[in-house]
Amino acid sequence: MITYEWLYVLAGVFFAIWALLSLRDRRWGNAAFWGLLAASFFFGSNLSDFANGVLVLAMVAIAGTGALKRSDPETTSIEERRDYSKMLGNKLFVPALIVPITAVAGTLFYNYTTLSETGLFEARRETLILFGVGVLVALVVAMAWLRPPALAPAEEGRRLLDSIGWAAILPQMLAALGAVFALAGVGEIIGGVAGDIIPDGSVFLTVVVFALGMALFTMIMGNAFAAFPVMAAAIGIPLLVETYDGNPAVIGAVGMLAGFCGTLMTPMAANFNIVPAALLELKDQNGVIRQQIGTAIPLWLCNVAIIYVGAFLLWN
Amino acid sequence: MNYWPLLGIALVVIGFALRFNPLLVVVGAALATGLLAGLDFVAVVEALGKAFNDNRYISVTWIILPVIGLLERYGLQQRARAVIENLRGATMGKLLTVYLLFRQVTAAIGMKDIGGHPQAVRPLVAPMAEAAAEKSHGKLAEDDRQKVLAMSAATDNVGLFFGEDIFFAIASILLIQGVFESYGYPLTPLQLSVWAIPTAICAFIIHGWRIRALDRNIGRVPAEAGE
Repeated sequence: MITYEWLYVLAGVFFAIWALLSLRDRRWGNAAFWGLLAASFFFGSNLSDFANGVLVLAMVAIAGTGALKRSDPETTSIEERRDYSKMLGNKLFVPALIVPITAVAGTLFYNYTTLSETGLFEARRETLILFGVGVLVALVVAMAWLRPPALAPAEEGRRLLDSIGWAAILPQMLAALGAVFALAGVGEIIGGVAGDIIPDGSVFLTVVVFALGMALFTMIMGNAFAAFPVMAAAIGIPLLVETYDGNPAVIGAVGMLAGFCGTLMTPMAANFNIVPAALLELKDQNGVIRQQIGTAIPLWLCNVAIIYVGAFLLWN
Repeated sequence: MNYWPLLGIALVVIGFALRFNPLLVVVGAALATGLLAGLDFVAVVEALGKAFNDNRYISVTWIILPVIGLLERYGLQQRARAVIENLRGATMGKLLTVYLLFRQVTAAIGMKDIGGHPQAVRPLVAPMAEAAAEKSHGKLAEDDRQKVLAMSAATDNVGLFFGEDIFFAIASILLIQGVFESYGYPLTPLQLSVWAIPTAICAFIIHGWRIRALDRNIGRVPAEAGE
């Protein structure tokens, strides 16, 4: 059976190559950072929790002291790229489409045929595993067709990776923060505080505090998934569903979407907001968030209205 | 009740406001929160290490970078621009509105991996949007160019977030179902996912309007008057 462990070894190989190329390039900080991430992929499952924790602290120390730098491996010029693009035509899109098509079509094919009964892939892990397969296929196709220097894909990948830098592991780090917050009982405390500040008897204001809590807690945690259990336990279920007799499906579904409005407005949601700013080489790290605020705020208001109308006015 | 662990949240906000490195902020907040809650240092480091290790799958997706980088070396971005330049009547407003709809509809039927920033926005959507904007407004001022690129990324996010929950077999819907079930309210995923539709429509109208507004305003506002 193919499991995530296989994928971790594959990712470990990629990051190890990037670490070695950084070493050759005399970028010691980058080499150490990506080397540690490669070690995490290779050996993480066999290390103790404490050893993994020390590995995390070491990576943070490297990034925190500014030792992680952008890199500039040799590549083609804009003029050469324009010429290649004319010469190669729309076929250039083909390798780029191999990855999403393998992941999506492969998942559908796997789940709607008897193939899933063979247990080829670990349960519910097939999409990401097929994504890995798609990457390998696309690389082979592109290498066979374009015949670049052997190190070109690794070096081009390193350029992109180093432009993302520390933000590449922030989402993983936020998941770790969420675990510590859960251990320390932060959710219960927030729930208690939110429950205390709601005025008695006003359904509408309770909806507003619920949706606001979802958005704000999402902004702090960078992820609506961390906010939802807390706000549902504090306000959504005891007050909106039980005391005021609202429709649980609307409160749950649209409450989550109110949290997504928070995701649009926070640098903590690094993979959605900070990574693209780095990938697009924006001057302002928060440039993507600035474009999203004008959508997120009116949409949050819509969500408040949808909960109030759908869960209470139409329901009762 | 011990309110001290909330200091960790305050640290996150202050750390970001002071523009410290976000990794430092996050780990600092985690250590402070754990210690203030009465856990010992080793237990906090262990919790960090375990959760980081359990969530490695999140960072696996970077293995796409060599594919994108290699294709860019051979002119993928230039090709994406050329497609738009040869398309008659293409404007940035129309292009990003179509992408918004495409992203919402594909996410709603479970194909959320079809877009994304490294694999779609950087090599395809952003260069196309820039080329379309230049078609109608001429060479863009740097300020406007930055806004067009940022709006391309924003459109991918909005389309994904407010499309994916219409698909019933997605993590967030399953999480909602699980939480409500644990409190004695069994809901089916379909009951939940239909209620994502009104918000999805609002998102299309609001964000579509904002895309058009940006297209109209390019070149109109003098650079000094910008943010």
